[in-house]
Amino acid sequence: MTILMTFIQKAIGQSISILFGATGEIITEKSGNLNLGIPGIMYMGGIAGLMAAFFYERASAAPIGFIGLLLSFAATLIVSALGGLLFCFLTVTLHANQNVVGLSLTTFGIGFGNFFGGSISKLAGGVGQISVATTASAYRADIPVLSKIPVIGDLLFSYGFLTYLSIIVALVIGRFLMHTRKGLNLRSVGEDPATADAAGINVTRYKYIATTVGAAIAGLGGLYFVMEYLGGTWTNNGFGDRGWLAIALVILALWKPLNAIWGSLLFGSLFILYIYTPGLTRATQELFKMLPYVITIVVLVITSKRDKLENQPPSSLGESYYREDR
Amino acid sequence: MLNDHEVLAKEPFFRITKRAHISNLKSWGIRLIAVVLSLIVCAFVIMAITGENPFNVYLGIIDGAIGKKRRLWVTIRETLTLLIIAVGLTPAFKMRFWNIGAEGQVLMGGLATAAVMIYLGPTLPNGIVLLLVFMASILAGLLWGIMPAYFKSKYNTNETLFTLMLNYVAMQIVTFCIVFWEKPSGSNTVGIINGANEGGWLPKLFGLDYGWSLVIVLLMTVGMYVYMKFSKHGYEIAVVGESQNTARYVGIDVKKVIMRTMMISGGICGLAGAIIVSGASHTISTSTAGGRGFTAIIVAWMSKFNPFVMILVSAFLVFMQQGAIQIASQFGLNENASDIITGIILFFLIGSEFFITYKVERTKAKKEATAK
Repeated sequence: MTILMTFIQKAIGQSISILFGATGEIITEKSGNLNLGIPGIMYMGGIAGLMAAFFYERASAAPIGFIGLLLSFAATLIVSALGGLLFCFLTVTLHANQNVVGLSLTTFGIGFGNFFGGSISKLAGGVGQISVATTASAYRADIPVLSKIPVIGDLLFSYGFLTYLSIIVALVIGRFLMHTRKGLNLRSVGEDPATADAAGINVTRYKYIATTVGAAIAGLGGLYFVMEYLGGTWTNNGFGDRGWLAIALVILALWKPLNAIWGSLLFGSLFILYIYTPGLTRATQELFKMLPYVITIVVLVITSKRDKLENQPPSSLGESYYREDR
Repeated sequence: MLNDHEVLAKEPFFRITKRAHISNLKSWGIRLIAVVLSLIVCAFVIMAITGENPFNVYLGIIDGAIGKKRRLWVTIRETLTLLIIAVGLTPAFKMRFWNIGAEGQVLMGGLATAAVMIYLGPTLPNGIVLLLVFMASILAGLLWGIMPAYFKSKYNTNETLFTLMLNYVAMQIVTFCIVFWEKPSGSNTVGIINGANEGGWLPKLFGLDYGWSLVIVLLMTVGMYVYMKFSKHGYEIAVVGESQNTARYVGIDVKKVIMRTMMISGGICGLAGAIIVSGASHTISTSTAGGRGFTAIIVAWMSKFNPFVMILVSAFLVFMQQGAIQIASQFGLNENASDIITGIILFFLIGSEFFITYKVERTKAKKEATAK
């Protein structure tokens, strides 16, 4: 029972970053932008939050966790939104190819994260690894009274606020996409921008807003990782492939944020399942870690084979729209 | 209809028109301006971080990339590696098949190379081992390329996402194999394979360490140029890339072309894995491809799929990367600085393409404002 409990807690810990990333990517892709820069943006968001907290804690004699939290949260949103804005500027305004821009952004973002993560403490004249214990403890604070309830408290209320935020954001985005006029407009932009344009929808504005908001949401995944998961420090490439897993999750979730919630839990579980599976050797553990990707490929093939209309990627995904080129 | 009024009321300051034609001189001029601008921005970034003046920064970069004979050869080696991957990607991208799985194809090629070297290297004569290395690596890359191609041509499965996922499957297979090959045991690294007898290592040519790599990569580059430009296959690829419907109409078997092209593309990327493992690193790890599969996509795209331009672009990128690594180590910073530099340069180059395709003009002063 206790093993199951830790397993679920650990799985949730793994899944939140991926969920943020996937939710951000879903709203981005719904506008027809395939932003492969999301993994880089998540690195950028993570390091931005960490740096904001770091400089605040250094400057202040007695840092208050809550202020560090606010500052780092804001820094993450701003920097990752800037990443999305850059993507949009190059692809929408300058008509550049989305895959090329996305991959460049990922190269840049991962370099940005690892560079500052590895050097910021040194650049600021300190020694050793960057650490923001006060702010991180604010992120890690669980829900006061409820978390004391036995079993249920541990299972449901023992996480920092970002965990709950990730689920709320996914729910809100899901509702926005399927049940509001603006969501309908956004989906129509992703499906057929020319038709949307003819119907009087401002395609450029929708693409910009969706991509920027999507990037900001994805950046929170990076923030969650450095603050709650790592406890306010940085390890180079520690975030690993979670950004790509987030993009994989978008496929698994069939572009629906609600599916992404349980999908992220599935990915999170698969990510750590090898630790809890008895009888695995070191080698077979590695094969276990392959599962999320293999499952994604299988889902991708099956959905394309069944060819059901509502399970397809947005039709204009990855293609730029120029009104003049029609 | 509110939107219409808004659009009319705000007449933009610029008018964008597509260029009918642009001279080579002008298009390269624009690219050059982009490069210069990116170098200026990079200098400011490095300056802000290190506090060094930009002139010294660039001296440091030049010194880091080509300052010593050994550094020059590292730069050449890295250029060759990036180049052959970009060359491999060319036919796929020309066909508008978004193969972003070069990373995985290179890794599989490298893995096959390492396997041949480990199991056969010490026993068989080197020539045969090398032959097997090349065959195995090409086959492994080809296998990794043909899977997404098959499903693309059969069910129209999204190849961008498929190839992307295969990268990580390849990565896990590599870590899986490392467990069996690790040396010394427990280190989780393979170490230098056949360090004693150099079995399966690409030998020196003309007294150059990377002589064979140089010859192979340049041959592939020229070969790809000829293949794309003068062969029937190359023409078919171009037609499929422009419009699959047109291709079908003129009787091109689109499925066959997709499969064949991805076999070639994956095969060359697999060969790139052999060039890395057998020709340079003599070891295998998950970072054997090291993101070059992704950078090569950008190189191929920026070069407009012209293999000779790719030489230039990859040399420039590697030059800056190697230089940045040197700068970083000089100031005790970590080498990821080079990724930031690469990213900045790429953003500028990508952005510059817009000004080559389109012309931006100032709209005549407020003529439209009163028209409404």
